[in-house]
Amino acid sequence: MSVFAHLYGELDTTLDKNNFGQGGLVIGPAGQALRGFLQTVSSLVWMLIDMVAEMIDHMRRGRLPFRRQIFFQQTDRAGLGSVPLVCMVTFFLGLTMALLTGYQLRTFGTERLVPGLITIAFWRELGPLMTSVVIAARIGASYTAELGTMTVSEEVEAIEAMGIGPLRFLVGPRLIALVLLMPCLVVMANLAALLGTFLICQLSFNMNLNVFIDLVKEALILKDVVQGTGKSVLFALLIALIACYRGLTVKGGAAGVGTATTSSVVTSITTVIGFDTFINMQQVGVF
Amino acid sequence: MADEPPDGPLVEIEDLVLRFGDKTVLDGVNLQVQRGERLVVMGQSGSGKSTLLRLILGILRPTSGRVRFAGHDVTQLARRDLNRMRSRIGMVYQYSALISSLNVRDNLALPLEELTDTPTAEIDKMVSERLEAVGMSGSESKLPAELSGGMRKRIGLARALMLKPELILYDEPSAGLDPVISSVVDSLIIETSQANDASGIIVTHEMESAFRIATRMAMLYEGRIILDDVPDAFRHSENPIVAQFVSGSTAGPIQ
Repeated sequence: MSVFAHLYGELDTTLDKNNFGQGGLVIGPAGQALRGFLQTVSSLVWMLIDMVAEMIDHMRRGRLPFRRQIFFQQTDRAGLGSVPLVCMVTFFLGLTMALLTGYQLRTFGTERLVPGLITIAFWRELGPLMTSVVIAARIGASYTAELGTMTVSEEVEAIEAMGIGPLRFLVGPRLIALVLLMPCLVVMANLAALLGTFLICQLSFNMNLNVFIDLVKEALILKDVVQGTGKSVLFALLIALIACYRGLTVKGGAAGVGTATTSSVVTSITTVIGFDTFINMQQVGVF
Repeated sequence: MADEPPDGPLVEIEDLVLRFGDKTVLDGVNLQVQRGERLVVMGQSGSGKSTLLRLILGILRPTSGRVRFAGHDVTQLARRDLNRMRSRIGMVYQYSALISSLNVRDNLALPLEELTDTPTAEIDKMVSERLEAVGMSGSESKLPAELSGGMRKRIGLARALMLKPELILYDEPSAGLDPVISSVVDSLIIETSQANDASGIIVTHEMESAFRIATRMAMLYEGRIILDDVPDAFRHSENPIVAQFVSGSTAGPIQ
């Protein structure tokens, strides 16, 4: 059993239908799934608290919370290294959306709405969401695989056994690099989407750059920019936490690393979409 | 951490029980390690020997019982105090557990750089000294993947010595090594524990190594310590389990 699987509690599979009396067969699996979910959530929260505590303890001794070199490696990997892929995805998405909506709106002679529509859609919603999906697949997967391999080869345990604190040493720089760079990536992604939109607007609807910029500026409000980039910070935190947690609690050798990596990407993406839906519902006043 | 009692055993294990679900790994283990002692813990594969080391380090939490290191109850320490305590214990892993992305120099320097304010020049000097002590001088720039199993084990030992620990835990130090390298590693364990005045708990099931290293031995069987005595008592034990294990015979109570 890995250090962190033990530290943050493992789902005890012996606790099933026997603990739910007569209706055990029905309630048991559901109860166990709920228990597993709650356990994972509490583990993620405790991991974050322990990481911050380790970092504060280290800083109290007059040191940086983690190695500068590892932090810059991670910022390079998560930030700069992700720019081409993130921008390419949103460029083509912006281009496609402009094309499809533009041709529909043209029927009513309202294709001038395209730049504003795409601007609102990306700055408020699609920019943070698409960037998070790409980052979960590209960076979250690599965090899980890397930490998972280190866990399997007892490297994480060795760091723990030396009293260095793997949460501060390994999770800290990865999490903070991603949290700091995600808003930057979202801005780049949104700009790439607008570039794609502009190409369609110019080629298909004969819209010149000045008109396009004026229409974008008309639609762009500060609240959308702040909310969009703001929620990307939360998404980055979720992706990094889930990815590192899955990596540190890997079981079962190389196959376990593969399973954990898949699980990390799936969990990160669904969690981000879930939180995004909740934030949107809250914003439109459902709650 | 609170003040430490000056005397008394360095490690004290009381009624230690560890269960994973239905499986009982340790079922009431009692052990003591005095300062300067090299205790060899023997037992079959999967008998919980390595698990015992992880309980001493506080990496695993027991189901019940106590583990005390220098008077501190490891099972009750907060994570911060636990980390401070761990810096006083060295651990040598069966497969070395060197950080694969760091070269030998950085692997050895890691605990010093992370936990002390030692200047870089002094760290480099200490790294060279430790490498020389384990017969690996000049390997500073090599990556763990470029080293053989025996070499990695020696580097693992050198890393465990970097913080001048009071206790060194060895998990199967000679497993998978040829007899010559195995003897070299055994000699290193004895030399380094004497030179650094460190106690040692060595987990092994290799009898030749065990008798070479031990000042005291304990045998773990079915979750309990069935004999805890000097090596000679093990050589001449009439306990059928111990006798079979020491002789390596297939006939006896161990199946």
